[in-house]
Amino acid sequence: MKVAVVQFPGSNCEMDTVRAVSRVLGVTPSLVWHKERISPQTDLVILPGGFSYGDYLRAGAIARFSPVMISVIEFARAGGLVLGICNGFQILLEAGLLPGAMLPNNCLKFVCKWVHLRTERSDLAFTRETKKIIRLPVAHGLGNYFIDQNGLAQLEANRQIVFRYCDEKGEATEEANPNGSVANIAGIVNEAGNVLGMMPHPERAVAEELGSTDGAEVFSSVASFLLTQKAS
Amino acid sequence: MRITPEIVAEHGLSPEEYEKIKEILGRDPTITELGIFSVMWSEHCSYKNSKPLLKTFPTTGPQVLQGPGENAGVVDFDDRFAIAFKIESHNHPSAIEPYQGAATGVGGILRDIFTMGARPIALLDPLRFGDPKNPRTQHLIAGVVAGIADYGNSVGVPTVGGECYFAPCYEGNPLVNVMCIGLVEKEHIVRAVASGVGNLVFYYGNPTGRDGIHGATFASTELTDESEEKRGAVQVGDPFMEKKILEATLELIAQGAVVALQDMGAAGLTCSTAEMAGRGGMGVCIDLDKVPQRAENMTAYEIMLSESQERMLGVCTPEQLPIVESILAKWDLKAYVLGQLDDSGMMKVLHRGEVVACIPAAKISEDSPVYVRKGKRPSYMDNLPDATRAELPPTKDFENIILEFLSSPNVCSKRWIFEQYDYMVQTQTLTGPGNNAAVLKIHDSNNALAVSTDGNSLFCYVDPYEGGKHAVAEAARNVACTGAEPLAITNCLNFGSPLKEDIFFQLAEAVRGIGDACRALGTPVTGGNVSLYNETPESAIWPTPVIGMVGKIAPPARPMKGQFPGPNRVILLVGSACKHLGASEFLRWRTGLAWGPCPPCDLEVEKRVIGFLHELACQRFVASAHDCSLGGLLTTLVECLLWAEDDNLGMEVHLVSKTERDLVAELFGEFTPRVVLSVPEIEVSHVKKLAEEWNLPMQLLGTTTSTGQMVIKSEFTRISLATSLLRSAYESIRSIFPDVSNQLAMH
Repeated sequence: MKVAVVQFPGSNCEMDTVRAVSRVLGVTPSLVWHKERISPQTDLVILPGGFSYGDYLRAGAIARFSPVMISVIEFARAGGLVLGICNGFQILLEAGLLPGAMLPNNCLKFVCKWVHLRTERSDLAFTRETKKIIRLPVAHGLGNYFIDQNGLAQLEANRQIVFRYCDEKGEATEEANPNGSVANIAGIVNEAGNVLGMMPHPERAVAEELGSTDGAEVFSSVASFLLTQKAS
Repeated sequence: MRITPEIVAEHGLSPEEYEKIKEILGRDPTITELGIFSVMWSEHCSYKNSKPLLKTFPTTGPQVLQGPGENAGVVDFDDRFAIAFKIESHNHPSAIEPYQGAATGVGGILRDIFTMGARPIALLDPLRFGDPKNPRTQHLIAGVVAGIADYGNSVGVPTVGGECYFAPCYEGNPLVNVMCIGLVEKEHIVRAVASGVGNLVFYYGNPTGRDGIHGATFASTELTDESEEKRGAVQVGDPFMEKKILEATLELIAQGAVVALQDMGAAGLTCSTAEMAGRGGMGVCIDLDKVPQRAENMTAYEIMLSESQERMLGVCTPEQLPIVESILAKWDLKAYVLGQLDDSGMMKVLHRGEVVACIPAAKISEDSPVYVRKGKRPSYMDNLPDATRAELPPTKDFENIILEFLSSPNVCSKRWIFEQYDYMVQTQTLTGPGNNAAVLKIHDSNNALAVSTDGNSLFCYVDPYEGGKHAVAEAARNVACTGAEPLAITNCLNFGSPLKEDIFFQLAEAVRGIGDACRALGTPVTGGNVSLYNETPESAIWPTPVIGMVGKIAPPARPMKGQFPGPNRVILLVGSACKHLGASEFLRWRTGLAWGPCPPCDLEVEKRVIGFLHELACQRFVASAHDCSLGGLLTTLVECLLWAEDDNLGMEVHLVSKTERDLVAELFGEFTPRVVLSVPEIEVSHVKKLAEEWNLPMQLLGTTTSTGQMVIKSEFTRISLATSLLRSAYESIRSIFPDVSNQLAMH
């Protein structure tokens, strides 16, 4: 399995992601500098968290013009698996690979805390091994996902909502929503199901000593998906 | 330009200091040279009023790889790694422009650390503000916290700890201290000593603008109404540039492409050039026309004194230059070669073809003025109200008092601050903010790191000497409660004007206390920062030394937590009884006054408690340990309960106080060292024996339960409060932000 983690100037979770994938899957991902291209042999591309280009102008707005994104878009359109975490999610929105936009958190502050998520579908490459309710950290200032009513209806109809913020029992309450996202949305997938964007950080939850191992399931899901795909 | 006495005075230099400058140069200085001396001889850069005191600190030990005098101190960590760490203040800029003042404070300390070759792995932010009910204070808090958050979060360094304390003395003069910890492979430690005649001096990072001119002298004067007009002296931060120069710098070091590095912090190009050449006994010649500039027509004076942020100065051999250029180009940065090192011993500065400064480099720091000030015991110290005679509240209304106390600004949870900080990035955070000390596992090491910042300014106000000792002892105890062996400290000395005898007394006594404690506990001082003139026209701040302590958890020791791990644990208290409520937060909160006397700090006992805790961490069962400090035993017990984040957890505690008065002192007094432990029942006799071996008194307080109730019984009273009720009081921010709904501010 070949995993590529893209490094933009201002990325700051790329090494955490590399370590998490190595720990969970036993394969060391390659770091791809933003001025390079994704190798076509790649199985999974991860756009990591951070503040690419300082998130100046708008989160992800400049990064989407980085040379590497041309190959990421090609890779995604050809059905390759792409996972955008936090800033990576924001970049996927700006690049038009996922619908909607990010607004500042409704509390107007950066928020770093543990949240619960409800996995809305388990038939995706990214979620086939994730539990129904998982616990991951969020750490962002612009995580308030927005999409208009029609767009939301489409997301619902196409089952594109993958993770929702919820309480311990799985209820997607307003209290459990850390940033004001429409419909408690924490992660969405494209229609084809191969491009996932999520604000919470699975790479920060791969060891008991760090507080949770639920994040590991996102990575192991992809590995198991690839295995079955290769077998068939 | 003719230098008049007025110009000299405007530069904060005395007539005697000006004469000394003329003596060093053998002529009148140019205006650029005057500017250079004025920043280099400011308290911030020269420590002219504090140097004789700082010299008394113990600075050596087998664990110290780098003591004071470099960009940061360095201590040994394991076979491969060392820890670089330092604390800085950005008090005055934050008073004027809280967001940028705090942000650039973070930027500056990060550069100090990565300039040593270390990757910054943690930040801590000790903060002090005035009365939170004052709208101005609210503006300062919001700005400072957002400034720290936006900068640290963006660069990707977790903010894992700190403190926040409110007292009226900080009104108009808040304290914003920032500590940074870095991890460095021992063979890659870089020092800011230039060497090699013919080697190149190069500049990279942000271009130079007019921002921050005279920041260092500004930081060394009292704040007045006119300070607002000096807003131009506050710099603007660019965390994205910081991140790029951080990564580029670490690559330069890893590739062996540089001889020396220095960041341009306080006093900018002046300080970095002079210090680098001065330390290496070299000469240097730089041409200011080569300096990238973002403002037009800047004078030599302005370029030399600018404090534009995110700028670095390096030295490399001519052969290394192409490697430097290619590494910097990867990060879209450029190397600007400003000049060369020579053996003249002179710091020579050219601008538009003219020599604008030519100063013996070593003399700037070697011959900087040193003043041995006089101190006098302040009269207030002998007129403090006496806590041994204080009238105490009746214990029958205790439950409401406890809830109110828990929600008071200094006791309540600081979650509303630390949730704005990314405290998990880099995935090393085992214990984050809001605990005894932060604990980080270190990737690729078997050891873990513990770090804490502490300083009880009420103690220091009541008794600067005991307070200085307490600051070190508390930091050491906090680190020891995680199972760590305390290694060394950095300190930030925040005081008023040293020109006043009573303030100088506070400074001298606190330094004496810190030094004594460091010697007793075996934790040398590896560096720090002095921030004087923290005064407004109304008053000086309370003496506020802040200690940053690092410790190491090495196997067989395992990290311990502060919270109770679950029900059916035996709760033990190590340490002796509290005799009175002197210098306690409880009395201050009830009366608005500072009460004497300060609890004594017995360093011999402190040392034994640290040894005991370390041995406890080496045992195979899970123990929790949390020390008693601000807010006393009651606050500690409540925190042990609430940090477990389970409202079904409870405890039943029995106190054997003989009088009602003793009971109040026992619950809220701040005698040290006192540590609350929880251990499995089967281990109690074993732990008791251990305490006996260390000659420490220990008493059995009670047990943890699954009733969701905190019950404290004594002969005089029975306190019973639901854990959920305690939590809503402790997590309330109404006492700080009365207008903001809890829900909103906690998100």
